[in-house]
Amino acid sequence: MSRFLVPMLAFAIMIPIFIVGLGRNKSEIPSPLLDQQAPQYALPSLQDLDVIVGSDTYAGEIALVNVWATWCGGCRTEHSYLMQLAGRGEVPIFGLNWRDQRAPALGFLQQLGDPYSAVAYDEDGRVGIDWGVYGAPETFLIDADGTVLYKHITPMTEQVWQEKFLPRIQAARARVQ
Amino acid sequence: MRKFLFTLVLATVAFSSYAIDSGQAFDDPEMQARYEGIISEVRCLVCQNQTIKDSNVFLAADLRREIRRMLAEGMTDGEIAEFLVARYGEFVLYRPPMSGKTLILWLAPPLLIGFGLVVVIRVLRRRMSMPLDDEVGQGSG
Repeated sequence: MSRFLVPMLAFAIMIPIFIVGLGRNKSEIPSPLLDQQAPQYALPSLQDLDVIVGSDTYAGEIALVNVWATWCGGCRTEHSYLMQLAGRGEVPIFGLNWRDQRAPALGFLQQLGDPYSAVAYDEDGRVGIDWGVYGAPETFLIDADGTVLYKHITPMTEQVWQEKFLPRIQAARARVQ
Repeated sequence: MRKFLFTLVLATVAFSSYAIDSGQAFDDPEMQARYEGIISEVRCLVCQNQTIKDSNVFLAADLRREIRRMLAEGMTDGEIAEFLVARYGEFVLYRPPMSGKTLILWLAPPLLIGFGLVVVIRVLRRRMSMPLDDEVGQGSG
């Protein structure tokens, strides 16, 4: 019996490791920005290049920063949900139009509606790099003091909102009171 | 035929070098070597099994541009690695520094090799010390 002990022990150790490894989604990389101060930025507004939009625009309130582009299919998918979310008015949504062309981006908002309180136009992707963006859509939850509370990659849905965003927003509001 | 093949080979070679902006980034060969060294150690997060040297998605191109800028500004290789890790996490480096989180990554290969060697040696020892008649006999398992 004892001769089976070592293989059985090795098996018992390795199986949980493999199960965890298989269950992990490799395309979702945890952001090092979590619980850190969100990177500062100031960019021209997509709608009016003379207006500057940036981290100062939403300082002092809990906000979403949504990274999107017209070339990104997932952004089109989540857009109707963002419209719904903006309609509820729970938190303002700030857009970061990433590595996009201005004319189609404006057309996109005109055609499908504009859920954003303001959209910053990151034409060359510099701010995207500071935020560690590697695939749109990405949605950051920013606390009133500028801390990154959560980062979601792939389109936003009601389920993600309920499970990941709402509890963190409620916790952040509770901390302030 | 030979000429045709030769042309084909030349065309293929030309295309592969055309795919990515492989042109000289720096006139100084030492800087160019550092630049190429860094970009072949940084993972492209969109196409995770490629380095940003081998990838032509725009994020890789953006990161190459940033690295060129930082090198030109005189930042050290360590500072550039720090810049990338602060934004994308240690996963972005193909050779992450040894730390608490990556210790198992660095130690796993030698540990597994050591474990395998121990098993092999034990099995061999046992076989060598087996009585001869056992091999001829019913054959033990």
